Amino acid sequence: MSERILSVLVEDKPGVLARVASTISRRGFNINSLAVGPTNIEGRSKMTIVTELESVEQVKKQLNKLINVIKIVELDPDNTIESEVLLLKVSINKDTQTSVIEKASLSGAKSVDVGQDYAVFEMTGSSKDLDKLENLLKPFGIIEMIRGGRIAIQTKL
Amino acid sequence: MSKEKLSGAELVVRSLEYMNISTIFGLPGGAILPAYDPLYDSPIRHILARHEQGSGHMAEGYAQATGELGVVIATSGPGATNLITPLTNALMDSTPLLAITGQVASEAIGNDAFQEAYTVGLTMAATKHNYLITTAEEIPQVLLEAKHIATTGRPGPVLVDIPKDILNQKVEWIEPKLTEMPGYKPTLEPNPKMISQAAELIKQSKKPILYVGGGIIHSKANQELFELATKFKIPVVTTLMGRGAFPDGNELCFEMPGMHGNYTATTSIQKSDLLIAIGVRFDDRVTANPKFFAQNAKVIHADIDPAEIGKIREPEVPIVGDAKSVITGLIEKLADTDLNTSDWLDELNQMKKEYPLSYDQEEKGPLKVPFVLEELQKLADDDAIVVSGVGQHQMWISQHWNFTSPNTWLNSGGLGTMGYSLPAAIGAKAAYPDRQILALDGDGCFQMTCQELITASTENIPIKIVVFNNGNHGMVRQWQKIFYKNRFSASELTHHTPDYVALAESMGATGLRMIEKSDVKKVFEKMLEIDDKPVLVECIVDPEDMVFPMVPAGGSNDVVILNEDDLKKL
Repeated sequence: MSERILSVLVEDKPGVLARVASTISRRGFNINSLAVGPTNIEGRSKMTIVTELESVEQVKKQLNKLINVIKIVELDPDNTIESEVLLLKVSINKDTQTSVIEKASLSGAKSVDVGQDYAVFEMTGSSKDLDKLENLLKPFGIIEMIRGGRIAIQTKL
Repeated sequence: MSKEKLSGAELVVRSLEYMNISTIFGLPGGAILPAYDPLYDSPIRHILARHEQGSGHMAEGYAQATGELGVVIATSGPGATNLITPLTNALMDSTPLLAITGQVASEAIGNDAFQEAYTVGLTMAATKHNYLITTAEEIPQVLLEAKHIATTGRPGPVLVDIPKDILNQKVEWIEPKLTEMPGYKPTLEPNPKMISQAAELIKQSKKPILYVGGGIIHSKANQELFELATKFKIPVVTTLMGRGAFPDGNELCFEMPGMHGNYTATTSIQKSDLLIAIGVRFDDRVTANPKFFAQNAKVIHADIDPAEIGKIREPEVPIVGDAKSVITGLIEKLADTDLNTSDWLDELNQMKKEYPLSYDQEEKGPLKVPFVLEELQKLADDDAIVVSGVGQHQMWISQHWNFTSPNTWLNSGGLGTMGYSLPAAIGAKAAYPDRQILALDGDGCFQMTCQELITASTENIPIKIVVFNNGNHGMVRQWQKIFYKNRFSASELTHHTPDYVALAESMGATGLRMIEKSDVKKVFEKMLEIDDKPVLVECIVDPEDMVFPMVPAGGSNDVVILNEDDLKKL
């Protein structure tokens, strides 16, 4: 099933994330990713929700019933730029250090901290690119990885 | 000179007065105590319930009977948690409710203080919206907004949680004003294109059915519905929440469809080629297994809540809008169309003759609820309001009582809350002191909230209560009979304890009892005569009696069980 991306404009009020999350879980909807942050408009936040549901229409309608939800737009994947941030800590040793850093930087990741036995990379990009980096570094022993949730914006006006 | 300062508590009471609230239901406690002090001087009538659940149902009964906002007030912690059942009940049945709860002081929130509960979190899924007040200044504005949200669009419960320190904070009264809410703009006027498409489908239809529910009553659209049905000769079925939206007894009314619906109502939908669904939500108690529901029909679905449309059944014509505007639009669009439904009506009337609702009241045998109901209706006022509990008796009332106008049938349809009847009847009587309010309850239900009989007596709310005592959780027993091989696990109460007459008398009401057929008329006459205090009639009925017709949960509406013999079909 293909992914659907919802861009949800909400009032920046306490408890809004809880309301959205509660509505999603209450109706038994599953989501792949949810990211929240401020927008250029004062008092408004944007949530990007990625789901694979066929019933995305129901999700939209149920979320729209929330008083603090202002607008929901489903983004057209052909005209959408997506981005996600990742922080990844991987094991290294004298033998692997060069190869790990090289592989990571070729993938577009930036090394932000390198110790004797570990390295931390940061990367921003599409979810697929982040997956690739993860797979690439897996053989070396990933100690910890955090991804920030996907955000997306429509390319056309 | 600076303006007079009021406490947050005074602002609460003043806001309620400002919104023309005349009656509220509640029970005081620590955190809400400041608000009870100014209430002492207010013209608002406060009805003191014996349990917060009762106060919530009272406010619901008030709202369901009047179509206006019901208000309930409770303290923090257990006060608020006890409201969760009525709030959820109001959410399911779209009843406009405002709940005001006290909360522990702002600085104590989150510290597991005495009588602290996370009320906003707990009631998030039980309300249409809720608020935690953070400054006293916002109280009038938030309460006005709360009323607006509760009473407009698809009505529902709204809760406002106010910490105790804020109730004591002194600020100036700022007159509240409804401003635009960016995330709340209910669509009332339907899209004319959709109305045209709907009218076209109706014109092409040979077997249309108006499948209508609570939305008609909320929208006060019963007259428009009557015009639409009678002008174009379209048969009507009314759901449990829609009973009274179209008058029983009218030749076009085929009454309630569904699990315990009238055979003709249920079957008419199965045979129909067009469902004109207005203010209904394709509830499972109506549709049974939706896969088999109205398979030959196209569907026009009009509702004020867009989320209801396509939730269970994808309609050919979706219409978002208020029922009244939708129906008015349809009447205009259909104009002088001559729908020829006479064959269809003949078919339905034939069915109605063949499969009437029936019961068998033997002269000397135990009382049957349907018989007792019909006797009561003969004696009761035409505008009496009937308030039901949940279970067998509820289904029998819906089947056998003739409802001819809206807001005369109050029950817990969506949530199925046992214990609803008595407190909701108190709420209805508080709204209409001059009308007969009949709480028709089961013994299992009655025992859940019977302490509110004390509220009725002490607050001079002379409702009439009939407890159909079959000594059992009757509907549970019925299912155990049918689906669990007569293994009556935990469904038996007892006929004899409590002594309902003595219980009624001890709580300040009059207690009466009927056992035999010959008692019925005279006991009801006596019940209806007494008007200075609540009356409770214990009516001992047959525990073996079962509600039919019946479509088992998840079954197909094509297979309606009509009587006990028919159970072999299963």
